[in-house]
Amino acid sequence: MTARTVTSSELLSVVASRELAGRRAVFAGIGLPTLAASLAHLTVAPDLEIVYESGVCGAHPSHLPETIADAVLITGAEAVIPMPTLFGSVLQGGHIDVGFLGAAQIDKWGNLNSSVIGDDWHHPKARLPGSGGANEVMANAAEVFVVMRRHDLRSFTQQLDFCTSPGPDRAIEDGIRPLGAGVTRVITELGILAREGVGEELKLAALHPGVTAEDVKANTGWDLRTTGDLSVIEPPTEAELALLREDVDPERVYLR
Amino acid sequence: MTMRDAVAAYVHDGDTVSLEGFTHLIPTAAGHEIIRQGRKDLTVIRMTADIVVDQMLAAGCVSRLVSSFVGNSSAGSLGELRRRVEHDDPEPLAFEEYSHYGMICRYIAGAQRLPFYPLRSYGGSDLPGVNPALRKVTSPYPGPDGGREEIYVVPPVNPDVTIVHAQRADRSGNTQIWGLTGVQAEAVYAARKAVVVVEEVVEDEVVRSDPNRTLIPAHAVDAVVVCPRGAHPSFAQGYYDRDNAFYRSWSAVSKDKERLTDWLAEWVYGTRDHAEYVEKLGEEFWRGLAVGDAMSLPVNYGRRL
Repeated sequence: MTARTVTSSELLSVVASRELAGRRAVFAGIGLPTLAASLAHLTVAPDLEIVYESGVCGAHPSHLPETIADAVLITGAEAVIPMPTLFGSVLQGGHIDVGFLGAAQIDKWGNLNSSVIGDDWHHPKARLPGSGGANEVMANAAEVFVVMRRHDLRSFTQQLDFCTSPGPDRAIEDGIRPLGAGVTRVITELGILAREGVGEELKLAALHPGVTAEDVKANTGWDLRTTGDLSVIEPPTEAELALLREDVDPERVYLR
Repeated sequence: MTMRDAVAAYVHDGDTVSLEGFTHLIPTAAGHEIIRQGRKDLTVIRMTADIVVDQMLAAGCVSRLVSSFVGNSSAGSLGELRRRVEHDDPEPLAFEEYSHYGMICRYIAGAQRLPFYPLRSYGGSDLPGVNPALRKVTSPYPGPDGGREEIYVVPPVNPDVTIVHAQRADRSGNTQIWGLTGVQAEAVYAARKAVVVVEEVVEDEVVRSDPNRTLIPAHAVDAVVVCPRGAHPSFAQGYYDRDNAFYRSWSAVSKDKERLTDWLAEWVYGTRDHAEYVEKLGEEFWRGLAVGDAMSLPVNYGRRL
């Protein structure tokens, strides 16, 4: 089990799980966020409550869920609440520490596009799924982690084709007071971009071993700056990989 | 009431039809019957526009879609929806885009007959630019710092009919749902007419032994349709599991217009009703989606001695 054999899903899950240390409640989608949250549960955040968009709080699934609404998340869960309660009271009420989001595009302020590719919403080149609850997660979670499988110029863009889920900077400009700090971590195969919150742009904070800052800059569509203390990410440990492979996703549903 | 009679009575050409069910209890059989009866020019409201909406689009039933997520769950794209939106093929689709909570708030406002509902979404988003229904108001009350607070609002939605699927109801329409309860109750209350499709109708005593499980009281329900397995390929907690293979296969089917047309011909137009669709899938298929028991422990409601 050497670092060479670690897949991209494993790498992203492990790195994201470490970022959940000390967090209390995380709003997670299915896939990498579930893996990260489940691993964090077994390692750095044993008391972590995972809240799903479908209304499940405190799931204890007998099998790995295939969707955020998988029946195995319901049976044995601590609570299953209606959507108005989940979005209105839990999320908008400020009970979520970290929300996980993905997107087709992200810009330097952590604004996200998941609606359309192409600059005309009415005649898009590609119609993507849209917001779902992402707009609300961004507006209301105390902070947001973004896990991006692709770190390239198309995804990390100077100018979004469309802003589905704006960070607090754009919200404030629009006269709205957001609850949260917006995106604070972007985890990719190349490294971690980070910002503390309002008024800050995403900066390169950490690199995976063997990746250079120039590699990341070449794949980022804006003039990416680096934090003063650029660090190298510790590769997944054998213990983390064993938990992920044997306990969290033994059938490798998401660990592709 | 049969599904055929319910759709004939409550869904008319040009109507606004809400079909809710968040991944769980999706009213697929109702969608198929709408297709069989050839309804046209519908406005379909569905938070997560997924396979059944793709099918209704392909059948030419829908001219306007109101939604906050258009995709085949986590299993890929909706081919027909993308052809309509990206290429106006075979004709343009009017599409109103919201976020999930925006849709939820529209139902709440509709259910409560309010003129709008405020939410902390959309600030700085491009969505209001393409959806003029998303508007901003200034709060009439001072904010925490004494200043004037601005907030986005959404308009109410009052569908002509809301159709939801549920586990069980009694004969008068008291409807019980467990597991993911989504936004079904609000969507029913927002509607002018409501049709509840259930896995089974049970004796009054069954419902009355656990009244907290009744999410939709009979006063909000106009018709009850018994349609076992009517949520396939989605699931009914405690009755049958989700058909994940169907979801995975749909992206390829819907990407190819000819395959999609053939699918509709065989499985929707080619079946008289949902019972025939269920039978066509076969008992062995249904055994594959069977679930075991995980009974809740009874609660004591008490009685006066």
